[in-house]
Amino acid sequence: MKQLGFFIDTNKCTGCKTCQISCKDLKDQPVGMNFRRVYEYAGGGWRQEGKAWRQQIFAYYVSVACNHCTDPVCTKVCEPKALMKREDNGLVILDESKCTACMACAKACPYGAPQFNEVKKKMNKCDGCIDRIARGGQPVCVESCTQRALDFGEIDMLKKKYPNGQHIAPLPDPSWTQPNLLVRSGRTARPFGDEKGSVQNPKEV
Amino acid sequence: MRKRIYSAERIPYPMKRVGKRGEGKFERISWDEALDTVAAALKKTIDQYGNEAVHLLYGSGTYQLINGNQNASKRLLNMLGGYLGAYGTYSSAQIGMAVPFTYGGLPASYITEIANAHLLVSFGNNLSVTRGSGGGMSYELTHALETGRLRTIMIDPRYSDTMLGKESEWVPIRPGTDAALVEAIAYILITEDMVDQPFLDKYCVGYDEKTLPEGAPENSDYKSYILGKSSDKTAKTPAWASEITGIPEDIIVRIAREIGTTKPCYITQGLGVQRHANGEQTSRAIPMLSILTGNLGLPGTSPGARGADSSLGEAGLPTGTNPVKTLISFFSWSDAIDRGTELTALKDGVRNKDKLDVPIKFLWVTQSNTLINQHSDSNATHKILQDDKKCEFILVVDNQMTPSTRYADILLPDVTSFEMWDLTADGYSSGILNFMISVQPSIKPFEEARPLYDVCCDLAKRFGIEKEYSEGRTTEQWAEFLYNKTREKYKDQLPDYETFKKKGMVRVNTNRDKGIGLKAFRDDPGANPLKTPSGKIEIYSARLADIAKKWTLPKGDVITPLPQYVATWESHLDPKTKQFPLQMIGHHTKGRTHSTYHNIDWLREVVPDEVWINPVDAQKRNIVAGDKVHIFNERGTVEMAAKVTNRIMPGVVSIPQGAWYKPNEKGVDVGGNVNTLTSLRPSPLAKANPQHTNLVEVKKVSGDRS
Repeated sequence: MKQLGFFIDTNKCTGCKTCQISCKDLKDQPVGMNFRRVYEYAGGGWRQEGKAWRQQIFAYYVSVACNHCTDPVCTKVCEPKALMKREDNGLVILDESKCTACMACAKACPYGAPQFNEVKKKMNKCDGCIDRIARGGQPVCVESCTQRALDFGEIDMLKKKYPNGQHIAPLPDPSWTQPNLLVRSGRTARPFGDEKGSVQNPKEV
Repeated sequence: MRKRIYSAERIPYPMKRVGKRGEGKFERISWDEALDTVAAALKKTIDQYGNEAVHLLYGSGTYQLINGNQNASKRLLNMLGGYLGAYGTYSSAQIGMAVPFTYGGLPASYITEIANAHLLVSFGNNLSVTRGSGGGMSYELTHALETGRLRTIMIDPRYSDTMLGKESEWVPIRPGTDAALVEAIAYILITEDMVDQPFLDKYCVGYDEKTLPEGAPENSDYKSYILGKSSDKTAKTPAWASEITGIPEDIIVRIAREIGTTKPCYITQGLGVQRHANGEQTSRAIPMLSILTGNLGLPGTSPGARGADSSLGEAGLPTGTNPVKTLISFFSWSDAIDRGTELTALKDGVRNKDKLDVPIKFLWVTQSNTLINQHSDSNATHKILQDDKKCEFILVVDNQMTPSTRYADILLPDVTSFEMWDLTADGYSSGILNFMISVQPSIKPFEEARPLYDVCCDLAKRFGIEKEYSEGRTTEQWAEFLYNKTREKYKDQLPDYETFKKKGMVRVNTNRDKGIGLKAFRDDPGANPLKTPSGKIEIYSARLADIAKKWTLPKGDVITPLPQYVATWESHLDPKTKQFPLQMIGHHTKGRTHSTYHNIDWLREVVPDEVWINPVDAQKRNIVAGDKVHIFNERGTVEMAAKVTNRIMPGVVSIPQGAWYKPNEKGVDVGGNVNTLTSLRPSPLAKANPQHTNLVEVKKVSGDRS
């Protein structure tokens, strides 16, 4: 089976959020819903020396959508079987007609991917722009990235293209769901589970 | 885009004011009535007060070549006898005025040249946000950094989005003190023998006594000033600068040694460092690092002013010449309404005339939210504008109901660029990337909205100069005419108009080999002298010494022949810090361009307006992230949520600029406009906006952010 996934280079990402807005625009999401979210993770501290200040600060952005996990928890908890992992490409897709909006998937997903659509009264989530890729394109977030920091494709190919992927904070332990998200990070990135920093924009993600 | 085109704030039809100025009460009128009223008011102003009483307000909302750049308005006003003009811009006035005293112009190297450097030292300059598109300067910087051999030192009170680990070192600095850091670096360069003495002797004036111009006082050279031999008797040591800048002494020494020993070194600055009460000094001080080390005119170097753009030199709608020669600073317009004839050349920077003969009586505002939002001190400006005996008529043309539209006497609905014909090029911030775009209507104009050029044609008709104004051309015909004019220069690259129109956008390669600032001067200073009086780099400017003698400045303001650190009003050294202990700056965000796009809910969601405050300062005030706080000083109060973050230096807060001014019944600006807190007091030389020089206090209002 082919498995599709995302790649993000956090060293190139400037946190511009074009990915987030282009997705919102294409999927016409209301305020409060974001299939793609950009985490701002930062930490460190300041020390005063007389009138001067010495800093040890780090900060970076991580753009995350649905990671179309190899072992997705959302499909496991979805009683009406509205969420299914496709056999042909590994994308986790929602069948809206079956969704009862019980929110179990939203509670289970450690990435916050399934979200409640207030207008439709249904859960909604990233579908990897399945109709765009069927036409030979890329997901809109990838194509709109101003810094070319995002990529999408077969995860095995991505791993060859971008070796030495990392699992970084504030993302959860990858062993939970085996996300198909490959991360290349800058020198300031912290490993997952890091407690030295915190998400700086909790309202936005 | 579509959110803006179909926003609830679109202006559907012409309106006239029915309430008090600034109240925002309007009544629908016809285009005919609106244009008759505007034409009558303009004629009355010109007849009664003269053309100098008419002013076209600063505006940078759109850069199309016909309807944009305010070209259509300028052309009309020039044909009607002219208007009071302005010099400078809200973006770059201090550097634009000051650096030419050193270099005879504003020389710059392309950002791409950083790829050839071994050390980049940047004062401010948040390119990832301020030049954040996929093309242009931020892309050029990212690629330059990928060479891998470059060390980057970023000096900024905020850990900006341009850094995030891409920098080698972030050096936080107190706002407004960059020149003090430069002087301490100069002290190390001089005392540890790392200056390029042959370069200074050959190319520069005033580094040491040898090259001081005639008539300059003894010990007024740069070296004497740095070493403490000039009149202030203060050696500009790292210890001295550490107290001022907040940078530990050892870091200053280490940076200085890196600059002194690494070649090529690319020194640059953003525009934030110069938008201060001492911005002219800072913008002239930073290039001293390039000058002292001879890092200019060579590959991998920069004159230290800022990064360069290549330009097509595209043709725009001809605006003619303004018969009124009198100029004021772009920042003085509210003063010119308020105090009018009190404004003089030597006190207020009036040019080409000793003083203003009339106040501004007719204000034309288009492609601009400067009237209340982007100018300083919104509350004071509100008072000036509200009095319709002062400025008797305000015309506002816009496509969104911005805070500025509330002050219109007549309000006209403009189209967006999706509803009209035009032509545009790459503007001014795309680095070495140049292109032309055919602007074509993809939808019908919204309600009764009309393009500015068409409106100006109809106004011209009312003055009997329609033929002269339009030359018989529609906007689309102008687009073709102007495109072909630009095409003459790039015949091999630009296709014919019909092909261009079909393609929509074409890229152009301009002359990119001129990417190193001051290369010709460095190669042969005799054949390519600078446009300074001496033809050399003027570290000591006799012209500034002369201005310092002649001009009248308010107490505390100084103009000096050398670039030097000056502690100003509302700096961290002002006694006012007892009452308002925090320095406040503003920053650009990715969520809007200045104030444009502020009214898009999607963007407010992903980039909310929050005041940045360090945990050290937040804890003292019992503030946690997300708390609603008041940021206040003598000029006003802004209410917004707090972003408690280590990414800003202790003692400094920063408000994202461009939020729409919205005072509530208590006068608290709940819209979050930074300019509710900024000052109208102009900087000494450029008479420009000191919008990052502010003292404030912050207090918690409630933990319940609603």
